[in-house]
Amino acid sequence: MSDQSSTGKKVIPIVTAAPEIAVPVSPTGAMIRTLGLVSAICGLIIVGAYQGTYDAVAANKRIATERAVFKVLPKAKSIEEFVAQAGGGIARVGAGDTAIPPGGVKFFAAYDEAGKLAGIAAEGVGKGYADNVRIMFGYQPDCQCVVGIGVVAMRETPGIGDKIITDKDFLANFTALDVKLKADLSALANEVKAVKHGTKTGAWQIDAIAGATITSRAVGKAINDSAQALLPRLVPKLDTLAKKS
Amino acid sequence: MSESAFQIFVNALLANNFVLAMFLGLCPFLGVSGKLDTAFPMGIATTFVMLVASLCAYGLNLLLTAFHLEFLRLISYIVIIASAVQLVEMVLKKYSPALFRALGIYLPLITTNCAVLGVALFQTAREYDFVQSVTFSIGGGAGFTLALVLMASVRERLTLSNVPDLAQGTALSLMLAGILSLSFMGFAGLGG
Amino acid sequence: MNTAQYKTWDEFMEGVWRQNPVFVMVLGMCPTLAVTVSAINAISMGVATLFVLVCSCGLVSLMRKLTPKEVRIAVYIVIIATFVTAVDYAIQAISLALYDALGAFIQLIVVNCIILGRAEAHAAKNPPIPAMVNAAGMGVGFTIGLLALGVVREILGAGTLFGVSLFGAGFQPWVIMVLPPGGFFVLGAWLLLFAWWARRRAGLPAKEATQHV
Repeated sequence: MSDQSSTGKKVIPIVTAAPEIAVPVSPTGAMIRTLGLVSAICGLIIVGAYQGTYDAVAANKRIATERAVFKVLPKAKSIEEFVAQAGGGIARVGAGDTAIPPGGVKFFAAYDEAGKLAGIAAEGVGKGYADNVRIMFGYQPDCQCVVGIGVVAMRETPGIGDKIITDKDFLANFTALDVKLKADLSALANEVKAVKHGTKTGAWQIDAIAGATITSRAVGKAINDSAQALLPRLVPKLDTLAKKS
Repeated sequence: MSESAFQIFVNALLANNFVLAMFLGLCPFLGVSGKLDTAFPMGIATTFVMLVASLCAYGLNLLLTAFHLEFLRLISYIVIIASAVQLVEMVLKKYSPALFRALGIYLPLITTNCAVLGVALFQTAREYDFVQSVTFSIGGGAGFTLALVLMASVRERLTLSNVPDLAQGTALSLMLAGILSLSFMGFAGLGG
Repeated sequence: MNTAQYKTWDEFMEGVWRQNPVFVMVLGMCPTLAVTVSAINAISMGVATLFVLVCSCGLVSLMRKLTPKEVRIAVYIVIIATFVTAVDYAIQAISLALYDALGAFIQLIVVNCIILGRAEAHAAKNPPIPAMVNAAGMGVGFTIGLLALGVVREILGAGTLFGVSLFGAGFQPWVIMVLPPGGFFVLGAWLLLFAWWARRRAGLPAKEATQHV
């Protein structure tokens, strides 16, 4: 922006690609050669960087996911990734395979040391105050309830919206949040919803944080949407997940 | 899960204003906001390039994903944006000289405007579909223009007022931007 | 110091101090304001930019005799984008948490005007070693600028420094400082401070408001 300099020489002009007055034009061959050379060098560097970091990045991502799942399901010792397909089937997702078939819902089956199912974890998204709030929640098939939540990503106001990770009373909502299905397993029996602070009546309701109602509601919506999509497909097939494969 | 086009537009325009909340495109924001006459065309030119870039990036991303070449995303985005800017410049020059005269000098600058690359990167990261991408880029561009125009209006008024010597120039602009940004925080939660 | 050494040192210090990209030239504002909510983010961003700056200036300088001027911007942009991609993957490999905190701004290093500006104004005209020294100076200057912002914003906005609590539980953080407006305010305040200091050094009296009529 400022062009003055203490040394007197011109520094950092704002770069423009404007054509200069055409003094001798460089031969086309030279241009193509240079661009080709640069592309080749750059291609090598990028592919090198990608290949060189691939394993470390994949390992990091796996650790991050595991940590998030272990946080909401403390008994878990290992996880496996699955997709609940639109037709009702459940398919395992191999390591490194990130493509999810359209209409599929991703979830994690967590197993304890003995290889027994310790719970199911899934992600959900709700619109918060500043941006989307992404959460991970743990589901316990025995009680058909949500037993813990963790935040994956959010940009809520520090000190207000981010109380959803620190506020003990709020987190107490998620020790046994009821997400029972209807008898015909088509949808949740009661919609999970955040209600105004102090007006919680049912086990499926979330007592919102006073002053952070919008963020609390985002958490409720995230759990509700994700559970509505996942549980009707998952619950009939739970037997297939009971043991670690 | 999927946001409606209206929500995306309002969010990009106000609640998550590119300049005042996400810090994108600050160089032109501080550099070209001195006068209203230049601020508005700059905003329009940027919006236009954003739209073009967003369309290109959408198509390109489909291609890259199809061939599993995600690691080339950044380099191809920036190259395509630079080419798009050049192309827009040439087309305007040929078919609409009047518009070219109004916007022309700003076009080359826009290549290095991070708001443009920002649109492309954010729409990819958020997995927007075609309509969402287009709305996002228009909303973002409108938000950028809005911020630029507001800032220019305030700065035009300031030239008439009594400002301490020390604070003149960038320091004052930054303080102003801070106050604008503060007021834009009031829009948060609007697109819920 | 002999002349050659002095010249190198001078080249380096130009970016660190006299032409500091953040405080003097006010360039690269987007990452400067966006990621400096904490000192650790600021340092990471600074180091990432430093790396890209040094590498791309080195390569641009090596290629300077081969680059016809018509395609030079394209060449610079491709080179810069390459190193940014490399840094992007490197940060993902080092720490995913850091990667999430810096967000899209790692990739936006590409359009940081400092880098393209250095490539165009310096590296394209000088041999690799001086070009890289100059670029390193700029990068260090940029890192210092980011750190200055990050430290102030983290202390005021969260009451911590590098994640270590400074004031104990009783501290009520000044939250606005880690929100977007705080970035503008803190940088504005730093610029004011520097202007005041420059005025003091020049021996001029700090004038009160002057009348512009």
